[in-house]
Amino acid sequence: MDFGPYLVFASLEGAVLAATLSLTALGLSLVFGVMRVVNVAHGEFFMLGAVAAWFVSALGGEALGLPAWAGFAAALVLAPAAVGALAWAADRAILARVGYDPERTIVATIGLLYILQQLTLMGYGPEARPVEPPFNARIALPWPEWGADGFAWTWPWGFGTTSYKLFVIVAAAALLMAVWAVLSRSRFGLIMRATQYDRETAQAFGIPVGKVYAWTFALGAALAAAAAVLIVPIQQAHYLMGGDPLLLSFIVVIIGGLGSLRGTVLAALLIGMSDGVISVFFSPTLAKILATLLVALVLVFRPQGLFGAKTA
Amino acid sequence: MLEVSGLDAGYGKVQVLRGVSLSVGAGEILCVMGRNGAGKTTAMKAIMGLVPPTGGSVKIAGEELVGLPPHEIPRRGLGYVPQGRRLFAELTVAENLDIGLMTRNRGAAVRERMLDMFPRLRDRLRQRAGTLSGGEQQMLAMARALCLEPSVLLMDEPTEGLQPSMIALIREAATAMKAAGVAIVLVEQRADAVLSVADRVTFLDNGRVKETVEAQALRDDPALLHAHVGV
Repeated sequence: MDFGPYLVFASLEGAVLAATLSLTALGLSLVFGVMRVVNVAHGEFFMLGAVAAWFVSALGGEALGLPAWAGFAAALVLAPAAVGALAWAADRAILARVGYDPERTIVATIGLLYILQQLTLMGYGPEARPVEPPFNARIALPWPEWGADGFAWTWPWGFGTTSYKLFVIVAAAALLMAVWAVLSRSRFGLIMRATQYDRETAQAFGIPVGKVYAWTFALGAALAAAAAVLIVPIQQAHYLMGGDPLLLSFIVVIIGGLGSLRGTVLAALLIGMSDGVISVFFSPTLAKILATLLVALVLVFRPQGLFGAKTA
Repeated sequence: MLEVSGLDAGYGKVQVLRGVSLSVGAGEILCVMGRNGAGKTTAMKAIMGLVPPTGGSVKIAGEELVGLPPHEIPRRGLGYVPQGRRLFAELTVAENLDIGLMTRNRGAAVRERMLDMFPRLRDRLRQRAGTLSGGEQQMLAMARALCLEPSVLLMDEPTEGLQPSMIALIREAATAMKAAGVAIVLVEQRADAVLSVADRVTFLDNGRVKETVEAQALRDDPALLHAHVGV
């Protein structure tokens, strides 16, 4: 048995992480890019997405007798929508009131983090609860081999993945494409970008900056929630699960360059894939050490991020 | 068309404008002059609601603008060419124009008129606005403001940093808008650039209006101008 199958297996695990991470980090990056708000509560929106997915699929399964795939599909729509609505309200009730001041919004979102976490603990409890995947067929990974009788496919050791993991990768890629299309092709995307580059001039051209901020904050939170819905059949919903995505999103956003969509996706791929590969071959701790070291190096040598433009 | 009376405004506790009054009618060009720090740009921003006025009134065709949220003010027909152009540099020329068109829901016909007025923009529609030359950027800033089909156009130092041929082009555009019945407020530091097209000149000093005079009087007697702006 050689190195190849391990690498394929590790890359697939990494790709699942990279897929959900790029969605979560993109939400954080959009909010910072457009609003200049460092949203410390971003991980809690991720957690709420997972918890909401559990509620929707449990309710759909028990009360309405829906099959697993229908409950999951409902969760994929309802959980991001609900979390987005909550974020919209949080923007109007908290961030708008402190005038989007950079320091005060950090403190405010730290407060929001604890409020959301404790409310979830009180309402949902300390248990980790699974969501049933809509489909979960095992797929053994084939490996080409040149043996005595020439070329053949083998299935070494039962290395495998599941159809659901492949679906996560495809779904996240589709969502990223959708966000990209909205940002670069739609009217709302144009308004968002104009607000990002020059808030005051945007107002001078009739753009209601307050509304744009609220919708951006909602979109950012909904992206984190969507990533969580995708991951919750693999990971289970827990009220403390927001910590890791927050840390990894910050790592991705710093490496990719704040406010750069392309940079965020590329950095998520880099961090996700390397995390997968290093975790399989060495240890998960080494993966985190290297990622954090990379952040430090980027901050020292290229503070605008690997793919970010220099701020004027 | 635009009536500003007793306008007070400032940043935080620092009051910059003290009871500024000026007015400009349809098809008229009012030039606002003054030294650095006299409050010219602040006056434009206060009219646009970007610096919230603390007192006074701004009326466009009789409608009060003070107290409206800032994004509602341009929709009343105020086009703004900010100092330093303030284009959305990362957006393309076409997207910058789209932002202007969206303000009052104007469509392709207005856009075509702008591109006929500034043909050089037509060749550069897909280009990022930040990569244009200074003169082209100024054209784009004007076209973007004119995409609102404004009844009042505020231009803050549009000739700043431009070569004489470009300044002549800006003057021509201003004259064309005047002929179309737009009320124009032109903020300038350099008298020679625009005095020839102005109808009246308001001198600002230290946040107050010092005097408003007919431009003809200044053209006839250059010494008068020197007395006011000390160039």
